[in-house]
Amino acid sequence: MKSHSFICALAATAAFGLMGQALPSTAQAKTLVFCSEGSPEGFNPALYTAGTTFDASSRQVFNRLVEFERGTTKIVPALAESWNVSDDGLTYEFKLRKGVKFQSTKDFTPSRDFNADDVVFSFERQRDKNHAFHKVGGGSYEYFNSMDMPNLLKSVEKVDDQTVRFTLNQPEAPFIANLGMDFASIMSAEYADQMQQAGTPDKVDLNPVGTGPFQLVGYQKDAVIRYKAHPGYWGGKAPIDNLVFAITPDASVRYQKLKAGECHVMPYPNPADLAAMQQDGDLNVMQQEGLNVGYLAFNTEKAPFTDKRVRQALNMAINKDAIIEVVFQGAGKVAKNPIPPTIWSYNEKTQDYPYDPEKAKALLKEAGVTDLKTNLWAMPVQRPYNPNARRMAELIQADWAKVGVEAEIVSFEWGEYLKRSKLGEHETLLLGWTGDNGDPDNFLYVLLGCEAAKDSANRARWCHKPFDDLLVKAKRTADTAERTRLYEQAQTIFKEEAPWVTIAHSVVFKPVRKEVVDFRIDPFGGHVFNGVDLKE
Amino acid sequence: MLRFLLSRIGLLIPTFIGVTLIAFGFIRLIPGDPIEVLAGERGVSPERHAELMAQFGYDRPWWEQYAGFVGNVLQGDLGKSIVTKQPVLDEFLTLFPATIELALCAILFAIIIGLPVGVLAGVKRGSVFDHTVMGISLTGYSMPIFWWGLLLIIFFSGILQWTPVSGRISFLFFFEPVTGFMLIDSLLSGEKGAFKSAVSHLILPAVVLGTIPLAVIARQTRSAMLEVLSEDYVRTARAKGLPPSRVIGLHALRNALIPVVTVIGLQVGVLLAGAILTETIFAWPGVGKWLVDSIARRDYPSVQGGLLLIALVVMLVNLLVDLLYGVINPRIRHVR
Amino acid sequence: MSAEDTAATPETARPPHPLREFWFYFSENKGAVAGLIVVVTLVIVALGADVIAPHPPHEQYRDALLVPPVWQEGGQWKFLLGTDATGRDMLSRLIHGSRFSLMIGSIVVTLALSLGIALGLAAAFFHIVVSSVVMRLMDVILSVPSLLLALVVVAILGPGLINAMIAVSVVYLPHFVRLTRASAMAEMSKDYVTASRVSGAGLLRLMFVSVLPNCMPPLIVQATLGFSSAVLDAAALGFLGMGAQPPTPEWGTMLADAREFILRAWWVVTFPGLAILITVLAFNLMGDGLRDALDPKLKRS
Repeated sequence: MKSHSFICALAATAAFGLMGQALPSTAQAKTLVFCSEGSPEGFNPALYTAGTTFDASSRQVFNRLVEFERGTTKIVPALAESWNVSDDGLTYEFKLRKGVKFQSTKDFTPSRDFNADDVVFSFERQRDKNHAFHKVGGGSYEYFNSMDMPNLLKSVEKVDDQTVRFTLNQPEAPFIANLGMDFASIMSAEYADQMQQAGTPDKVDLNPVGTGPFQLVGYQKDAVIRYKAHPGYWGGKAPIDNLVFAITPDASVRYQKLKAGECHVMPYPNPADLAAMQQDGDLNVMQQEGLNVGYLAFNTEKAPFTDKRVRQALNMAINKDAIIEVVFQGAGKVAKNPIPPTIWSYNEKTQDYPYDPEKAKALLKEAGVTDLKTNLWAMPVQRPYNPNARRMAELIQADWAKVGVEAEIVSFEWGEYLKRSKLGEHETLLLGWTGDNGDPDNFLYVLLGCEAAKDSANRARWCHKPFDDLLVKAKRTADTAERTRLYEQAQTIFKEEAPWVTIAHSVVFKPVRKEVVDFRIDPFGGHVFNGVDLKE
Repeated sequence: MLRFLLSRIGLLIPTFIGVTLIAFGFIRLIPGDPIEVLAGERGVSPERHAELMAQFGYDRPWWEQYAGFVGNVLQGDLGKSIVTKQPVLDEFLTLFPATIELALCAILFAIIIGLPVGVLAGVKRGSVFDHTVMGISLTGYSMPIFWWGLLLIIFFSGILQWTPVSGRISFLFFFEPVTGFMLIDSLLSGEKGAFKSAVSHLILPAVVLGTIPLAVIARQTRSAMLEVLSEDYVRTARAKGLPPSRVIGLHALRNALIPVVTVIGLQVGVLLAGAILTETIFAWPGVGKWLVDSIARRDYPSVQGGLLLIALVVMLVNLLVDLLYGVINPRIRHVR
Repeated sequence: MSAEDTAATPETARPPHPLREFWFYFSENKGAVAGLIVVVTLVIVALGADVIAPHPPHEQYRDALLVPPVWQEGGQWKFLLGTDATGRDMLSRLIHGSRFSLMIGSIVVTLALSLGIALGLAAAFFHIVVSSVVMRLMDVILSVPSLLLALVVVAILGPGLINAMIAVSVVYLPHFVRLTRASAMAEMSKDYVTASRVSGAGLLRLMFVSVLPNCMPPLIVQATLGFSSAVLDAAALGFLGMGAQPPTPEWGTMLADAREFILRAWWVVTFPGLAILITVLAFNLMGDGLRDALDPKLKRS
C-alpha cells in the first residue's frame, strides 16, 4: 500500500490552502473566465475556418462593416453606419462610422481613427493575389474562397475617408450577410504598414489590433488566452474588465471547472451531464436550437436510390425520436426541413415522414426492392450537428434491418471521408452543415443545388430542375418576402423528393454560472462577451 | 573514453537518417488530406485544392520533397504547420518544457518511492512487505494508465475536490513564461500562491505518468539488490563484521544502482509514450497531446517534425545513459 | 488447480521430464499459478462467450439506457453490471470483449515473434551488412516512443482492430529481434553448433534446428510479457479512437466510448478498465513465473 498512501499524503498537502481557486471578488477588476474547448489556430480570422479561432479573434478583437445582433441572425450596422444598393444589385456603397478607435498594443499606437483605407486593406489583402500582404500568413483565405468572394467581388474602392464602394460581378442577395461573417473582419492598415516597414509583417496576424471590445493581452498555446476591455471601444467599454479563455479540451473537465467556479461559461457540455447541470443551483443552463442540420444523404445516382419511393421508404424506417434520445441525449430536435427553424423562410407546414416500418416495407415492395444491401457511411468525428455519428449509424442500421435492409457501417479518416463522399463513393452517408450567415441560400443552394451536385457539397448528388430554378431565382431577388415564398416552395419539393433523411437540429446548451448576467447564445455557435456582466 | 563516445555517436548517425526517412515517409503514407480536413463540410474546389497542394509543395516528386526536407532540417527548419501556419520548431519548443516538467516530476516520484521500497524489499526478501510491494508494483506495471488517470480524477478532483481537474496553473496567475517550467516560473513570478497552484496541478498527472516507471524501478532495484547481496564481496563485508546498514548502503546499493540507472534511462521512451495519454486526459499542454492532435488534423509538417524531434530526444537520452553507464561501470568501456 | 493437467501431461519418467521440472518450479510461484488460472478462465470465457453471455453484445435495449449495476439503486437483475448509453448489457459486452483482447495478444505476439525470430536469426547468421541494416532499423523503431509509433502506423493503415494489431506488432518487433540475435550469437560460439557445422549441417538446419530451440526460453518469457503489453497498447489505441471501432466490444474502445459518462455512470468507465487491468496483470504474473521457472540462474538460488 506504500505508493497509495503516498498519493494520499501528497493530495492531503495539496488540500491545505492550495485550493483557493475561487474567483476574484468583484470589488476589484471584473474578470470573466470562459473554459474554451481548444486552442485557436491563430488570431487573424481571415486565415482560418474554425469556430474556436473566431471566438478568440473576430468575435472579441475585431468588428465588421455589418454584424449580427447579439443572439440573433439579424444584420445590424457596425463599422458601417448605413449602406445603399444600386438597382441592378451590383454596387454597394457603405458610409463608415466616425471616431472609431483601434486598440493600442505594445507594438503599435494608432495615430488615426478607423477609415476607408482599413476596409480596403482588409478585403484587398484577401482578394488581390499581388497585394503586399496576400502571402503573409500563408496566403490561404479559405472562408473568403468558399463564399465564392473571388468570383463575386469585382472591386473594393475607397470613395472618400468615410465611404467605401463594393462592386459585384453578378447580383447576389446574401452578400450583405456575407460581410457580417468572421473573415470580413476589419484590420488596421496603419498597423500593417508599420509592421511591414519594421520587417515583421507576421506580427499583424500574431498580435492582432482591431476595433473590437476586447484586446489581446497574452496567449499561451493550449493553456490560456487573456484579453482586457478596449477602453476606447466605439460602442462603449465592455462591462467586464478582463476576459480569460482557459483552454480545456475535455468536456467533463470543463464541467468540473465550472462547478468549482474556475470558470463562468463553458461551451459544448456532454449531453450526459446536462441533467446534473440543470439541477445545480449555481448554474444556469441556457439552450437554443443550433443553426445546423444533421442529415443522411442518399446517393441519388446509384440504384436503387434513384427511385424516390426507396428514399421515402427508408425515411419512414428510421425512428428519429430514438436517435434524439440516444445520440443527442435529448440535446436535439427532430428535423423536417433542410434548414433549421431559426432561419427565416423555415417552412412550418412541411409534413415529415412518420416512423412507420410497415408502410416502409410496403413501399419498398412496390418499388420492387428486396434484400437490399447497402453501405452507411458514418463520419469519424464529433460535429455540432451530430455528437456521435457511429452511434447514430448503429441505430439506423438496426432500424433498417427491421424493414429488411442490410447496411454495413463504413468509416474513413475525416479528410478521406470528405473527399471520397464528395466523389460519390458512398451509397448512403451521414453528414451535416452549420450555417455561416443565417441566409437560407447558405443551406439550400450550397447543399442541394445543381451546381454542387457534381463532386461538391451536394452529397446526395441530387439535381432536380424545378427545385434548383427556385433557388437561383431567390438568389437574384433582393426582396425578402419574395425570397421567403420561393424558399418555402423549395422545401416542399425537397420533402417530396426525399434526397435526404433530415435527422436533427442540435440544441445548443450553454451552462453558465448564476453570477453571469446577460450572456446570450450566438446562433452561429460563437461566443460573444461584449455586453456580458458579472453580478456582485 | 573519447573513443567510446565517438563510437556511440557514430552509431547514432545511421539511426538518425533512418528516423528522418521514417518521419518523412510515414507522413506521406497517411491517407487523408490536410486541405480537406481544414475545409471540413464546406469543401474546397479542385482548382483551389491543387493550388494549395502546390503551395505546400506536395505536388513535387517525393525525392525532391525529401531532399528539401533533410536540407531544411539540417538548417534547423522543420517547416510550418499547415493549421496554425507557425514554424513547427517554435510550436514544439513552446510546448516541450511542459512535457519535460511532467516527465521529470513523474520520474522523480518514481525514483523517490521506487528505490527505497525496492531496496527494502530486496533486503527483506520473502517477507510480507516484500510480497506486498511486489504485488502492488506488478499491478502498477499492468495498469492501463488512461483508465488510472480517469479514476484519480473522479476520486481526487470529482469527489474530494482536492486537486484541480486539469491545466498547469490556476488562471488567477498570469506571468510571461521565462523558463517554460511552471514550477520555476511561478516562483520567479513572485506571485503569492502561484507555486502552490502549480504544484497542485502537477500532482495527479505526475503520479499517473510515474506509475509504470515506479513499478519498474521498484522491481528492478529489488532484483539488483538480490543479485548483489549474494555476491562474494558483500559476504566478505558482512563477514568482516560491518554493520548491515553499512553493507547495504555502501557496498550493495552502489553496485545495485548500475542496472537501475539503465532501467531509469530506458523509461524515457515509456514516459514519452505515457505522456501522450496523460496529457490527453489532463489537458496538459505538452508535445504528446499536440502530436495526437496533429495526427488527427493531418498536419503533415507538425507530425513529421514532432516525430523527428521526439526521436532525437530519445536517442540523446539513451546516449547519455550509455555514457553514464560507462562512468559508473568502467568495465563496459573496454568491452567495445 | 484445473490447469495442472494442461501443463503437466507427461507420464512419470525418471530422470524428471523437463516439463515436469518446469511445472515444479512454476507452481512454486503462487502468483504465477493465480495468473494461469485467470488466463485459463479468460480463454474459457472467450471461447464460450456466446453461451455464457446473458445477452447478445450488440442488442440495444432502448428502454434500459444506462441502467446501473444490480447492487445499486435502480439496478436490474437482467443486467448484472448495468447497461451502456445505447442500452447494451455491460457484462455481455465485457465477456465478448475478452475474445478481442486474447485475439489481439495472440496475433500480435505471433506476428512479432515469428518475424522477430526470422530477422534476429538473419542478423546473427548472415553477413555484417544484413546484421547492421536490421539492427539499425530496429534502433530507429525503438527511438520512437511505442504508442506514438503505433498511432502513426494506425493513421497510415486506417483505424481498426486489425490495423491496430499490425501497428502494435511493429512496435514490439525490435524486442524479439534483439533477443533472438543476442541469444543466437551466444549459442553460436558453443561447441555443439561448431560440431554440427563441421558435420556438414546446412545453414537453415543450423539456424532453425540447432540454434533456435536453445534460444526459446527467453523468447517464451518475452512473448508472455509481450502479450500483456500488446493488450495494453491496443486498448490505449482504442481509447484514443484509433483501435477497434465501435460497436466492437473491445475494452479500450468501450472505455473511450464511455468517457463522456464518467461523472454520471461510473460503471461504464470502471468495468472495462478493470477487465484490462486483470487480464494484463494475469499475463504479467504468468510471465514472471515462466521466467523464474525457465531461468536456470535463478533456479539455483
